[in-house]
Amino acid sequence: MRILVCVKRVPLTGGKMVLTDDAQALETRHLGFTISPHEECAVEEAVRIVEAEGGEVVVMTLGPAEAEEQLRDCMAIGADRGILLETQGEEWDAQATAGAIVEALHSEPEPFHLLFFGNESADAGGYQVGIRVAHALGLPIVTGLKKIDLRDGSVRCERDVGGPRDVYEAPLPAVLTVLEGLNLPRYPSVPGRLRAKQKPLARTAVSPPAAQLEKLRLIVPEGQGKQAEILGDGAAAAPRVVEVLQELGVA
Amino acid sequence: MNVLCFVEPGDELSAQAVGVARSLGDVRAVTFDGAYQPAAWAKALAAQPAEAIVAAGSDRGNEVLAHVGAILDRPFAANVTAIAGDVVTRQRWGGSLVEEARLHGSPQLLTVAPHTQPAAEIGDVEMLAAEDDGSPRVLERIEESSTGVSLREAKVVVGGGRGVGSAEGFAIIEELAALLGGAVGCSRVVTSAGWRPHTDQVGQTGTKISADLYVACGISGATQHVAGARGAKRILAVNTDPEAPILAVADYAVIGDLHEVVPAISAELRRVRA
Repeated sequence: MRILVCVKRVPLTGGKMVLTDDAQALETRHLGFTISPHEECAVEEAVRIVEAEGGEVVVMTLGPAEAEEQLRDCMAIGADRGILLETQGEEWDAQATAGAIVEALHSEPEPFHLLFFGNESADAGGYQVGIRVAHALGLPIVTGLKKIDLRDGSVRCERDVGGPRDVYEAPLPAVLTVLEGLNLPRYPSVPGRLRAKQKPLARTAVSPPAAQLEKLRLIVPEGQGKQAEILGDGAAAAPRVVEVLQELGVA
Repeated sequence: MNVLCFVEPGDELSAQAVGVARSLGDVRAVTFDGAYQPAAWAKALAAQPAEAIVAAGSDRGNEVLAHVGAILDRPFAANVTAIAGDVVTRQRWGGSLVEEARLHGSPQLLTVAPHTQPAAEIGDVEMLAAEDDGSPRVLERIEESSTGVSLREAKVVVGGGRGVGSAEGFAIIEELAALLGGAVGCSRVVTSAGWRPHTDQVGQTGTKISADLYVACGISGATQHVAGARGAKRILAVNTDPEAPILAVADYAVIGDLHEVVPAISAELRRVRA
């Protein structure tokens, strides 16, 4: 089984959103980076499938040179090799990103049986890169998955619809987009991190076409900076808390 | 402007999307019957004449519009909160950040961010026919087995974060939730540690709650978590740190150790009810 997982480098935002002076990006000087949570589950699922059935997990990203860190993180939990579509750090819209992924897949020696994406990225939240790639490749796609069962030549998937689950089936090869909760991703081990440093990573420089969904500026919405009413300190606050619960009609 | 609006009858988010669609022009509301088949439905939508295609920023709305965008090779703006000409304002980071962006070309494809617009009357809805093209569709629905209060719909949610300290530590959170007839929630740190199942997670990648009251215990207030808690009408934070970011989004706060405060609230509730 050959599996591609597409991931995106995003900042670990913490408690507050702070923008750069030109309002084009988050101020990330003091932030670490990770991949979107849904994608962590996509990588874990791919690694589990290949551990059970054999094959190869390839992890791909479009991003700056520093995104190597995220590809190595994925390789530390079991991905076999990485592909970095290297930008100059500018943001790409979803159409351009999907186009670059499809282009890169043309130079892969063999097609993939499964292509995993997160359902939506943590930062831009466009809900579409996986779907665009599926259409460009003429492959079936199922999105928003919390359960995946491989069968002979097909895949049975479940999607949470607010409690109940809808069941889909798709023939392979297929594109699947997943949600956090699909599995509980492992933490990388120290030997895993060491092995990851030796695994192959291919870099291709890419330059962006004109954006069709063109970012103009970012804005931190109002509503941050509310002043909470302090009801008290420690256990002694309990009577006041219960009064408030009664006022709110929830006690 | 001719505006095509994909709706699901009876869906509150679709009613919100119709309101935005009407602000753009003459709306033709359409839907489909039969098993949900996103690629096939999108193909039918893409074949209709329209200068804009609008849907709800729901799982299905975002999915169907993304398919339309792929079929027409047009940009698609998800979770829009405002539109003026070709400039949309849309949510990023689950609503913790917004962007203004230019949506080039025609038709304009967009979904409306949930609970940011008032609901409108959906009015007449036309049934479109979608040809089964063999693309994946819903084969069956597995009904929910659990009988507890649903996190999404609970009137009260009591949530625990890193400060709870362990899976066992959630006993006092469960006790308070039960006394208030509410559901237990938690932060992403808790599900990543395996203390609670992912179905309990409140957050950008978990459940977005709409409770009358959210009691956030030992939760610092990362944007990931607040994106799921923002729908609560009131937030009460219990935290040892008066500088924690959760206090900047909370209405009320108790400064103190949740291991003392939460049992004291439960005891006081029992006392006043006795």
